[in-house]
Amino acid sequence: MENKKKLVVAVTGLNNTDNPGPGIPVIRAIRESSGLDVKVVGLVYETLEPGIYLRDLVDKVYMLPYPSEGSEAVLDRLSYIHHREHIDLLIPNFDAELYTFIKSEKVLHEMGIRTFLPTLEQLEERHKGNLDAFGEKYDLLVPESMPLLYENDIRKIDEKFEYPVMVKGKFYDAYIAYNEEQVLSHFNKISAKWGLPVIVQEFIRGTEVNVVALGDGQGNTVGAVPMRKQYITDKGKAWGGITLDNPDMLELTHRIIRATRWRGGMELELMRTDDDQYYILEINPRIPAWVYLAVGAGQNLPEALVKLAMGMEVEPFTSYETGKIFVRYSWDMIIDMKDFEKISTKGEI
Amino acid sequence: MKIRKNIAVSDTGFVFDPSTGESFTVNETGQEILNLLKKEKSYDEIATAITMRYDIDRSGFEKYYQDFIEMLNHYHLIDYEG
Repeated sequence: MENKKKLVVAVTGLNNTDNPGPGIPVIRAIRESSGLDVKVVGLVYETLEPGIYLRDLVDKVYMLPYPSEGSEAVLDRLSYIHHREHIDLLIPNFDAELYTFIKSEKVLHEMGIRTFLPTLEQLEERHKGNLDAFGEKYDLLVPESMPLLYENDIRKIDEKFEYPVMVKGKFYDAYIAYNEEQVLSHFNKISAKWGLPVIVQEFIRGTEVNVVALGDGQGNTVGAVPMRKQYITDKGKAWGGITLDNPDMLELTHRIIRATRWRGGMELELMRTDDDQYYILEINPRIPAWVYLAVGAGQNLPEALVKLAMGMEVEPFTSYETGKIFVRYSWDMIIDMKDFEKISTKGEI
Repeated sequence: MKIRKNIAVSDTGFVFDPSTGESFTVNETGQEILNLLKKEKSYDEIATAITMRYDIDRSGFEKYYQDFIEMLNHYHLIDYEG
């Protein structure tokens, strides 16, 4: 029997809520690996992240300070956790924490913790606020956008755009607005939650489609699976989706990864117009929460990411099953007060 | 005119477009017409096959056929290039 490689992998994003983080599907995927024997350390920010209590998937859980408390606080805490758990690899799954972890990559490596993340340049240039320049640099179709730094900027929107427009937070949240009043309301809500700038984007009519992909950092696409959301929550999250056989989407993905030499997981959010053009709405610099669909369709991308990070050989995926569907569901877990008490008072469980 | 090559039509009348992920259901007659279109049969051949099998004359069939084709067109299931 093949000897499985023993690893300790720390994962964030255990918030399997109606706005789900990718942590649990990532863990589920690497647990299914035939070549890896993984101990999973969950890193959480809130005491009610459901993944904390999924004890058959997560071996140990630690609270982390929010990235807004500064990288020193995060690294101090990680150092304590590492001392106890000997983490081999860290897979962060939130956009908002990526900056901290990418900036700390060297320190983490010195501690003995590997990551497999995009570079700071890659992270910055695909940022929603920089999407125009990104499109121009790589000759890609992107909706026009403008950053809103002040409330007064809202008046300038109709100089550049026709309503409706999309109003987006720099990390999360996107709303459609049909007039200035609606933009203002979204601006206030989004800026309070995610800070500035708030981004206004041209509204592109069409069907939203997505791709989950993994780049090796050398310009090669290790795997990519396109999907269309079939059931969307009021937060715009996929609650059901289906894999597509779409060479245009795959070609676009390969092009982006080749041009940017992308390293790590990626989600492309695309809008397909009626005349079959693909606009890039967003490039999310991490694995998306629906990644388990790709696993079910034949591409275990989280496992491949772990192997790449650990310097193991990974053969690029060349196929996947079309027409595979995921349907998400909610499930009420019954938790013992003692577990909640432990994570709340000791910050670990 | 023919149905796009990658469109799958099952025995139960379930039609799946793998490039968009859209799926549809058609009744027995629709399924027969789809399969004839997939085999690249001409309008005349399709009209003959259907009018022989069902209680409908040619002019009646033509109206339904045009409606059906319009719907296939609307859902981008027809291949005009191939």
